[in-house]
Amino acid sequence: MSGRIVVAGASLGGLRAAEQLRAAGWTCGITVIGDEPHRPYNRPPLSKEVLAGKASFASLAFTPKPSAADVEWRLGTRVTTVRLAERTVELHDGAVLSYDGLVVATGMRPRRLRCPGPVEGRHTVRTIDDAQVLRDELTRPGVRVVVIGAGFIGCEVAATAVGLGAAEVTVVDPLPLPMVGPLGEMLARVLLTRHEERGVAFVLGQGVTAFEGDDRVTGVVLSDGSVLPADVVVESVGSVANTEWLDGNGLDLSDGVLTDQHLRVGGRPDVVAVGDVARFPNARYDGVPRRVEHWSVPTDSAKHAAKVLVGGEAGLAPFAPLPTFWSDQHDFRLQSFGAPALGLGDVRVLDGDIAGDVLVGYHRDGRLVGVVALGGPSVTRAAARFRAELLKQPALISQGALS
Amino acid sequence: MKVVVDMNKCQDHGQCVFAAPDVFRMDDDGRLAHVPDPDDALRDEVEEAADVCPLQAIRIED
Repeated sequence: MSGRIVVAGASLGGLRAAEQLRAAGWTCGITVIGDEPHRPYNRPPLSKEVLAGKASFASLAFTPKPSAADVEWRLGTRVTTVRLAERTVELHDGAVLSYDGLVVATGMRPRRLRCPGPVEGRHTVRTIDDAQVLRDELTRPGVRVVVIGAGFIGCEVAATAVGLGAAEVTVVDPLPLPMVGPLGEMLARVLLTRHEERGVAFVLGQGVTAFEGDDRVTGVVLSDGSVLPADVVVESVGSVANTEWLDGNGLDLSDGVLTDQHLRVGGRPDVVAVGDVARFPNARYDGVPRRVEHWSVPTDSAKHAAKVLVGGEAGLAPFAPLPTFWSDQHDFRLQSFGAPALGLGDVRVLDGDIAGDVLVGYHRDGRLVGVVALGGPSVTRAAARFRAELLKQPALISQGALS
Repeated sequence: MKVVVDMNKCQDHGQCVFAAPDVFRMDDDGRLAHVPDPDDALRDEVEEAADVCPLQAIRIED
């Protein structure tokens, strides 16, 4: 190839793709296109330090590697259409660009609740602009906050809101425990208790049916008909893949964009996907394609995808990252390695004590597939030892664990 | 190669230790320690460490 690689998406995945294309030997043009007006910045602090007023936007901006200094950034616009057969993209501003290679890095956007009622006063946390607007709301005196969705973002925002001195913070979720999907019942119970001890209230096993208020939300109507008074609502109910621009090319876009084990899209040598929009089979586990919304994925996938796009798959083992995530809430940290969600049926305490710092192991067919540490350095160190063990294990696929 | 860690940003995640164990380590208190002037042969490892730092606290100065 010679000419230009277009990177659609200008967040962490887009930045890392540009850098890794250079590292893989691509010396021609790279154009990165993103809809936010900002250069790539780090999102995890948005629900924590930024919301708490402890981090400025300047502190979030990534510093691109020197090798990526000549990359062309087209910000404040987005790709609206791609014609894979013709190798062209059309941008929202009307420009049409031809390409030799395409990187899909358009990520996710927050899912919104489609309930009757006012829109004003309802927030999501995905961009720096979201976080700054929400911070202004959360710092109003006596504010009552309802967080809808007890996943990672919801629990982090609830913890931050309590830390900011909000008068009431209530988390609503149809599931019986917070973060139970990724962590399982044992740790979810512990987290529930720790949040409650620190001032977060929970309404679990209840959905949301409507919002009350005229111009602005004043309450959240639950599925049993009761109403939670609310000055501010945060919706953290999952995300939707930004793949509409890929429509019309015969691709599987049922949940993100499907890739092969080398992150190629649609069986084409000239299109790859990176980051949380990519639904890829992880050769380390059961080979089922999944999207993974962890911070480590854009960096890991960009490294592999850039090599494939520039030099082909020859000599490359399939993409098989060891998943890892963390979450800071109140005064505690969760740190995970591996794939706990694949081992929710067999959960054991490996180190520490469930009442304090604890390391929990998740097993499938008797084999350790993931660990989660909750607490300080002692269990984090223990988790690191198990990480090494997880890395050494052969793929589940080759052991016939699919049966 | 000169490696600078912004200790005001560092939150002791330890991802850099996995990426570049010859350059970064956690001390007995769980705080990060590092070699400030590692051999240039370790550049790939250190770049990986800088990439995977959740706080983006690691800077490489040539």
